Amino acid sequence: MNNKVKLEQVNIHFGKTHAVRDINMSFPENSVTAIIGPSGCGKSTLLRSMNRMHDLVPSARVTGKILVDNGDIYDRGVDPVAIRRRVGMVFQKPNPFPAMSIYDNVIAGYKLNGRLPREEADEIVESCLKRVALWDEVKDRLKSNAMMLSGGQQQRLCIARTIAVKPEVILMDEPASALDPISTLKIEELIEELKERYTIIIVTHNMQQAARVSDYTAFLYMGDLVECGETKKIFTTPEEKRTEDYITGRFG
Amino acid sequence: MDIDVRSSYCTSETENDVARATTKRREPDTAKRLNGDAVFRYLTTFFAFSILAILALMLYEMAGESMPAIKAFGWKFVSSKDWDAVQETFGALPYLYGSVVSSVLALLLATPLSIGAALFITEIAPGRLGSIVAPLVELLAAIPSVIYGLWGVLVMAPWLQTTVQPFLIEHFGFIPLFEGAPYGVSMLAAIFILMIMVVPIITSITREVLLAVPQNQKEAAIALGATRWETIKIAILPYGKSGILGAAILGLGRAIGETMAVTMVIGNAPNISLSLLSPAYTMPSVIANEFAEATTKLHASALMEIGLILMVVTLIVNALARLLIWSVSREAKGGAA
Repeated sequence: MNNKVKLEQVNIHFGKTHAVRDINMSFPENSVTAIIGPSGCGKSTLLRSMNRMHDLVPSARVTGKILVDNGDIYDRGVDPVAIRRRVGMVFQKPNPFPAMSIYDNVIAGYKLNGRLPREEADEIVESCLKRVALWDEVKDRLKSNAMMLSGGQQQRLCIARTIAVKPEVILMDEPASALDPISTLKIEELIEELKERYTIIIVTHNMQQAARVSDYTAFLYMGDLVECGETKKIFTTPEEKRTEDYITGRFG
Repeated sequence: MDIDVRSSYCTSETENDVARATTKRREPDTAKRLNGDAVFRYLTTFFAFSILAILALMLYEMAGESMPAIKAFGWKFVSSKDWDAVQETFGALPYLYGSVVSSVLALLLATPLSIGAALFITEIAPGRLGSIVAPLVELLAAIPSVIYGLWGVLVMAPWLQTTVQPFLIEHFGFIPLFEGAPYGVSMLAAIFILMIMVVPIITSITREVLLAVPQNQKEAAIALGATRWETIKIAILPYGKSGILGAAILGLGRAIGETMAVTMVIGNAPNISLSLLSPAYTMPSVIANEFAEATTKLHASALMEIGLILMVVTLIVNALARLLIWSVSREAKGGAA
């Protein structure tokens, strides 16, 4: 299988703090890779480096290479805005735009390409909402405010908003940790379906979730990549003692 | 209050044994301290309510003093433009008109400028530059208004008279807004001076509103591939909308009430003219200019009534503004939870 995203010697510093150390790994295309590890191990930090979100933090410094389709996204002359349209992101807390309707939220990112005809917009809104299984729940109130939705619905709306931009990779930063079990289940089912079209990288501190949704798993501990490989193998016969201790709940 | 006292010697007890030995001797002290607490509470409550009392008393007194004028002229007071102290007829329309036009136009010019400045400070300027510019802007608000007025009448008005107004008359004279002769001191001068004076206020409040926009809103836009401007447009401004409106209205409140600087540059002629180049008059200005010579009861009462109108308008405007700003900061706090 083709490697969509590849990390080579990635190091991330915040000021004097060395948050992520010498990461080398790759993320196969059309698969789900989970990054697990205890709080503060650098998993979110690593995820955010893959669509250059750290550009917003003046003290952050990313070194090494992060290749998407073999092109280093940190190369000089690479436009971070263009990268973020190829590598979308879903956040821990659902963050729809509160001043916008459901409809406008879905189209918010896509609309940045320029003015688009009404029919095209309608079509995109419908197909994206269908793909996140939200269409039937909201089709009669597309013009109502997005904040009227439940937390789980808001998160699916955020995913619809992300896929409307037609990214190739979707980064998910603990996308279900603020949700109830049923909403969580829906998000997990959705991830399963989305991998047919996208490469998904998900950070989670819920190990059962990692085991359920991912094809590959990477275990990060204190900024180091301890182990990565097929999820089945990581969860049954890990090579490293620390991995085994973590997944059996002995620490973390 | 009980809880406070008990917990304070709970800790001293656990901290060392000596404290335990002295606990008994402290007992009478506790009563005294409780007393002190009560006194403190009543005192602060009294201070807080005395502010409200002063406000209520002022409204009451002003309404009372205005009564002769209200009885003599009724609604004609705000619809007539005859203001004649000798004939004892008082109509405040020119002053109302001058106040409304000067402050609304000043606001229309100042608001975009202020939003731009606030966006620069919070979103565009690299960290340190923003933290230098922000206090400088607030410093502008601290300059006494008489200094703005002095500069306005000695520097700006002559400049308007020799440069800006002739230019406007020559090229835009066909529009009623810019017809007439260049006087220098004019409605236009008042608008400019007010604009300069309210920009710092609107900027600093807009800045606070923008700072209250949650990081996750900005990140949402950025992760969609929005540029900096697009992030401002789709995430930051819509979120801060009502707060920014509140900031502008607060600026309006300030502009309506501004007395000194406006009195110095507006020309103080009770005209109602469409032209911004002609001198005008405002409510605070007429009060400031005429209170000393208001020897008849009706004249004084008419000035009081203008004061009453001004006070009620500014109170309403300020309350509205605070409400709008509060709604944003409350949402921001709720959103963070």
